Amino acid sequence: MEIRTERGRVAAQNSMRVNHRKLSIGQLVFGGIVALILVFLVLPTLIVAPISFSDARYLQFPPTELSLRWYAEYFTDKDWVAATLFSARIALSTTLAATVVGALAAVALVRGSFPGKSIVLGLALSPLLLPHIVIAIALYLFFAPLKLTGNFFGFLLAHTMLAVPYVVISVSASLQKFDSTLELAALNCGANRVQAFFTIVLPNILPGVFAGGIFAFISSFDEATVAFFISGIDGKTITRKLFEDIDFSLTPVIAVVATLLVLVSLLLLGVYQFVQSKMDQPKHS
Amino acid sequence: MTVDDKTIVGGTAPSIALPLVSGGSRRTHSTLFSLVLVSPLLLLIFFGFVYPVGEMLVSSLFSPGFTLDNYARIFTKPLYLKVLYRTLEIALLTTLGAFVLGYPVAFAMARAKSKLVPWIAACVLIPLWTSVLVRSYAWILLLQRKGIVNNFLIDIGLIDKPLKILYTEHAVLLAMVHVLLPFMILPVYGSLRSISVELPRAAKNLGAGPVTVFKSVYLPLSLPGIFAGSILVFILALGFFVTPALVGGPTTLMMATLISQQTTELLDWEFAAALSTLLLVVTLVIAFAFRHVLSFSKGFSDGN
Repeated sequence: MEIRTERGRVAAQNSMRVNHRKLSIGQLVFGGIVALILVFLVLPTLIVAPISFSDARYLQFPPTELSLRWYAEYFTDKDWVAATLFSARIALSTTLAATVVGALAAVALVRGSFPGKSIVLGLALSPLLLPHIVIAIALYLFFAPLKLTGNFFGFLLAHTMLAVPYVVISVSASLQKFDSTLELAALNCGANRVQAFFTIVLPNILPGVFAGGIFAFISSFDEATVAFFISGIDGKTITRKLFEDIDFSLTPVIAVVATLLVLVSLLLLGVYQFVQSKMDQPKHS
Repeated sequence: MTVDDKTIVGGTAPSIALPLVSGGSRRTHSTLFSLVLVSPLLLLIFFGFVYPVGEMLVSSLFSPGFTLDNYARIFTKPLYLKVLYRTLEIALLTTLGAFVLGYPVAFAMARAKSKLVPWIAACVLIPLWTSVLVRSYAWILLLQRKGIVNNFLIDIGLIDKPLKILYTEHAVLLAMVHVLLPFMILPVYGSLRSISVELPRAAKNLGAGPVTVFKSVYLPLSLPGIFAGSILVFILALGFFVTPALVGGPTTLMMATLISQQTTELLDWEFAAALSTLLLVVTLVIAFAFRHVLSFSKGFSDGN
């Protein structure tokens, strides 16, 4: 009896082992395929960095000698600096505007009721799906006679509209998680709507507001299609200048700018990740 | 850098709309107050989109009297019909390519050991959130005559003369699949993750091999994600501008690059407006027809 169970146990173990090994060969092949696809995904994004440190006058990979000369060239080039500052100014203002407009709308969309709500929601999210080239052409035709091309406020309008969906989505997600009875309690205790919003609702949805703001900034700073059309000779974004220079001259300065754009995105994703994990901690403990 | 589920949700933001269900949220705001809250957004959408598009539509129809000539031109000139056909072809092939490469990644992300998941997620999200311009530029560096790929192939002795890859349809397709791949991976990942662990386990216990488990459990249950990802990639590919403009050439004109050529080189704004209107209508029709697949209004609609 005992022997039989012992034998059975060993047999079971063996069969499990065989089973396990069979699976892991399949898993190995599958893992290899997935790893290759992931390399395909990430490598093109990262390949610009080594080229930007090259010393050669032309594009060289891998660079034979390293230097920072193309970085120096970027930081001393008046046009590049102006384009960078213009983009930064637009992206910061867009972040502020999109966050306020998007968060207010999200409160109404999640907690309110009004006619045509699903249409409003569709409109608010539509910039995520609609071809940017169409928005670009329409905005150019609208802006050109008003002299709003290459203009800060023209960009603010365009980029805020393109960035608002990110805020609406992330703030809505926070609002759905937040228990609305807390707000009702505040209202019952005599707070007015505005007080209840700032003291109860806003602190609770802050992670969502913050996330929306980060994505709004990246979406504006990296936006290329609309910027290509509504830029002017004096008002050029970094992406528009990059676009032009890629088309006309392929100097390593372009690799520098590309590397900086990647860095900005990585840095902001890092900040987002850091704040998100910090904000989660007190809830768990 | 650590990436957890939060980031994945955040990263999902641009692709599939709202991963939430409303159910419990009680409405506390009156109609008037709600309209006040939403009015800045409405103004923004009106001046940033609705009015300019309306003006564009008008300019495509009047020159100066009412005419449909601009639209007739699109559908009668073989050159433009060819562009329409090529756009559809590249969008379809991009969708197919994104599915073939995206499904395994989504599967790995949904089923890998939890230690590995953040790394896979980072590989998907970092490209998603870096500029399309940078990624298209990287493909120029890789594919040009004296580019990284050609140099590598010559070094290992596979070819003697550099291949012409850049500015061909193959280059456009490759770069578009790369740029749009995350939009396929994230929805598929979402639907694969919602499959209970018990189901494949039960199938295995009943004697199903890995292939059968995949065919009878994973594949059918991830169909909603596959549909959402495919529609998304297809729509985005139809109107894509930056990548075909940089990686493609005059022989690979697509809708968006044709529109750009009409405006910046030929200054034919009325024809460009007609092309843009057509592209917009096609996109809207597809998005509206598949709005449930894209789950745009999930969590908001009054019926929920």
